Amino acid sequence: MAVKVVIPTPLRQFAGKKDSVEIDASTVGEALAGLTSQFGDLRKHLFNEEGKLRSFVNVYVNDEDIRFLQKDQTPVHESDVISIVPSIAGGSLICCICS
Amino acid sequence: MPTLTSAPTLQLSNDEILRYSRHLIMPEVAMDGQLKLKQAKVLCIGAGGLGTPLALYLAAAGVGKLGMVDFDVVDYTNLQRQIIHDTDDVGRPKLESARDTIRDINPNVEVVPYETHLNSENAIDIFKDYDIVADGTDNFPTRYLVNDACVLLGKPNVYGSIFRFEGQASVFYAKEGPCYRCLYPEPPPPGLVPSCAEGAVLGVLPGIVGSIQALETIKLILGKGKPLIGRLLLFDALDLKFRELKLRKNPDCPVCGTHPTVTKLIDYEQFCGIRGEEHVPETNVPEITVKELKQMMDAKKPFVLVDVREAHEYQICRIDGSKLIPLGDVPKRMHELNSADDIVVHCRSGVRSAKAVEFLMKSGFKKIHNLQGGVLAWARDIDPSMPTY
Repeated sequence: MAVKVVIPTPLRQFAGKKDSVEIDASTVGEALAGLTSQFGDLRKHLFNEEGKLRSFVNVYVNDEDIRFLQKDQTPVHESDVISIVPSIAGGSLICCICS
Repeated sequence: MPTLTSAPTLQLSNDEILRYSRHLIMPEVAMDGQLKLKQAKVLCIGAGGLGTPLALYLAAAGVGKLGMVDFDVVDYTNLQRQIIHDTDDVGRPKLESARDTIRDINPNVEVVPYETHLNSENAIDIFKDYDIVADGTDNFPTRYLVNDACVLLGKPNVYGSIFRFEGQASVFYAKEGPCYRCLYPEPPPPGLVPSCAEGAVLGVLPGIVGSIQALETIKLILGKGKPLIGRLLLFDALDLKFRELKLRKNPDCPVCGTHPTVTKLIDYEQFCGIRGEEHVPETNVPEITVKELKQMMDAKKPFVLVDVREAHEYQICRIDGSKLIPLGDVPKRMHELNSADDIVVHCRSGVRSAKAVEFLMKSGFKKIHNLQGGVLAWARDIDPSMPTY
């Protein structure tokens, strides 16, 4: 079942310049795993070394923050939209090759 | 939502009645609302991209006292979006320029300039006299500082942020909803936020987001409508789409939660991992100066000059003979370089090229140097005819 994942501007450069990607998934965790296996460069921007979502990146299913749902176990359905919403500040560019 | 100001005791002059007549004839503002505006004290942090529409509209709307914090000087790169400043203002302190513009728009507004770098020592003192704080600075240390100070003082914080074509806005008011730390408990580590492409933004975008901040500020003063408390507005200028996300108060929030661990202001530069000058390379890589580079060229020494900026920056200006490999392409294109050659790497100011040099050294390149100060230093010291950006 395909859900839409909306990629924010700062992270599009790591997602083939796409603004959204359709991923087959039944939970948020599956969708993000699918996304980062398709776009490996995204992984370090979304997850820390322990594989946890970074504290300056929030993920929403439709308009609800998954931290207040079932986190990465939050189920997703056909018409749901997953949004990745990082903190942004005046043009600072989230980029780095040094890894 | 209760109004933030007490019952107005002021009166409007006949000139003011005429000036604000388009407000006075609408029931949502009317005389009561206009007097609330006149009595209101709003602090704008920053007189830049977001601060411009904030200050201009709040002044025009008749906010009585407008504090402004900024210590910057107007430069040419500001004029594309900071329309509170004119071409003639280049070189002047932003606060002087902003105060003059505001005075031209509405002489009834009392402008209180704070020409200082907002920090943990002065924030509480500056904030305490104001009803509402509107953050137009858009950098992480100031954002966390403003948030924490507003939570500690119980004041609403009208937030806006921009990135290229994308904007965010909300009202963080811990008394009635979440604060910024409920949304993002911690800032990104500095390693993931280099300042290389700072400030890339479409000029109209801060105009729109800053206007939304002005609108929310006025709504809070009037006590009308539904404020952006508990909601994060996302604006995509390219698709022209507004979206809205729900924000919830985090009971574990370190500053506004049930057991706060932040009970006074901290060192926010340290919290955000930022120390010293922004453009100083973070690593100790071998460097050469632009003068040394010029000598190498004049002596016709064989070497390879690599430019790690983006193609659109290369179009603006370049050092003759340089080979363009944008930083992000370096890992997959380093086979185009020969580790037996002498290599000089440069970018705009030297930060990105230091990262590239560090990366290439890890990959076995030894005869490699970073150009100190990048094309900015080249334009300043070697070729003054080169445009800079």
